Amino acid sequence: MKTDELLTLLSADTAPVRPLRRMLSVALAIGFLVSALVMIATVGMRPDLAVAMIEPRVVAKLSVTLLAAASSAVLVFRIGRPGVPLGRTLRALLLPAALLAAAVAIELSVLPPDHWKASLIGRNALFCLFFIPVLSAVPLIGFLWAMRAGAPERPGWAGAACGFSAASMAAFIYAFHCPDDSPLFVMTWYVIAIGLVTLTGAAAGRRLLRW
Amino acid sequence: MVSRDREAQWAEWMRAGIRGDSQAYHRFLADVTPYLRAAARRGCARASVPVSEAEDVVQDVLIALHLKRGSWDPARPLGPWLQVILRHKLIDAFRRRGRTASVAIDDFAELIAAPQDEAIDDRRDAMRLLRQLKEGQQEIVRSISLEGQDVRETAQRLNMTEGAVRVALHRALKTLARLYHGGQNENG
Repeated sequence: MKTDELLTLLSADTAPVRPLRRMLSVALAIGFLVSALVMIATVGMRPDLAVAMIEPRVVAKLSVTLLAAASSAVLVFRIGRPGVPLGRTLRALLLPAALLAAAVAIELSVLPPDHWKASLIGRNALFCLFFIPVLSAVPLIGFLWAMRAGAPERPGWAGAACGFSAASMAAFIYAFHCPDDSPLFVMTWYVIAIGLVTLTGAAAGRRLLRW
Repeated sequence: MVSRDREAQWAEWMRAGIRGDSQAYHRFLADVTPYLRAAARRGCARASVPVSEAEDVVQDVLIALHLKRGSWDPARPLGPWLQVILRHKLIDAFRRRGRTASVAIDDFAELIAAPQDEAIDDRRDAMRLLRQLKEGQQEIVRSISLEGQDVRETAQRLNMTEGAVRVALHRALKTLARLYHGGQNENG
């Protein structure tokens, strides 16, 4: 086919353009709603939520996960768009990490060492490892589906960003149920769960987001 | 030379194209192609890849920027977006040839448009690519690209609705994109 003929072919394709940003917004909204409903309909919010919300450990847990979800969502919205710089967006990911590190440091300074192990292991570690990925499923599938309209230079990294963002959102939602509040618990099990989903996203991205 | 004005003009045509103005869109594609070609040839020359490969890259880039134009934010300049797509496709082409050359893309503003050169271009075996499309898609692609009929004429001749022709055309372009980046060697 000659290039001129290809041009004619391309301009004859009048299928409506689907803006990446709009598709990601739809995926984000649906993913958040579905995950929140699944959490509420199955395990439910913690019964003492109203009281717990003013407990510093709970505030830290919700803040870290919300900050991670927000900063990684910004990354997801930028990474599929060629020519859009990512430097500041990537640096913003350090904010939730720094906040978590600070919370861990404070926890270690206020908690007697013989309580560290119990706080780290918590009560629901395995369920946390299971349920954060479950809650991540719909947001991750949605982000990957939307990202196929994008043109990420590194498909694996774009998939990882989708996974990290989906899992952070899921972790934020799960935090409203989770009875384990110690930053030591969050640093361990939340991070492992989010890491697993991030790796899944990276593997999926390498396959699905190539162009 | 691509002046800033020209890049702004491209962006204007592109925006109109996204709104559904296919004439403006065709003008954009036709006007940008010689610059893509110049950049692709220079990229090939730097990586010691035969310049005859450049036209394949140009076609690959054109399909990519068509299918991925939803990833361009109309509020942002078009040049950086084009450069990244071109670089991505050059790297892809070199990798398929076993090269891992780093690719530096010049600012489009530094390039001189390159016309098509019949002697070295269009070496891709178009028929081989087209044959990998489904039969109905092949017919539509041939009708529009080689025979120059529009969607309505094609629909009438093939006794299809215009909508069905449009859908088949869009699918065919997605398949072609996969074939261009070496998809025929993969499962599916």
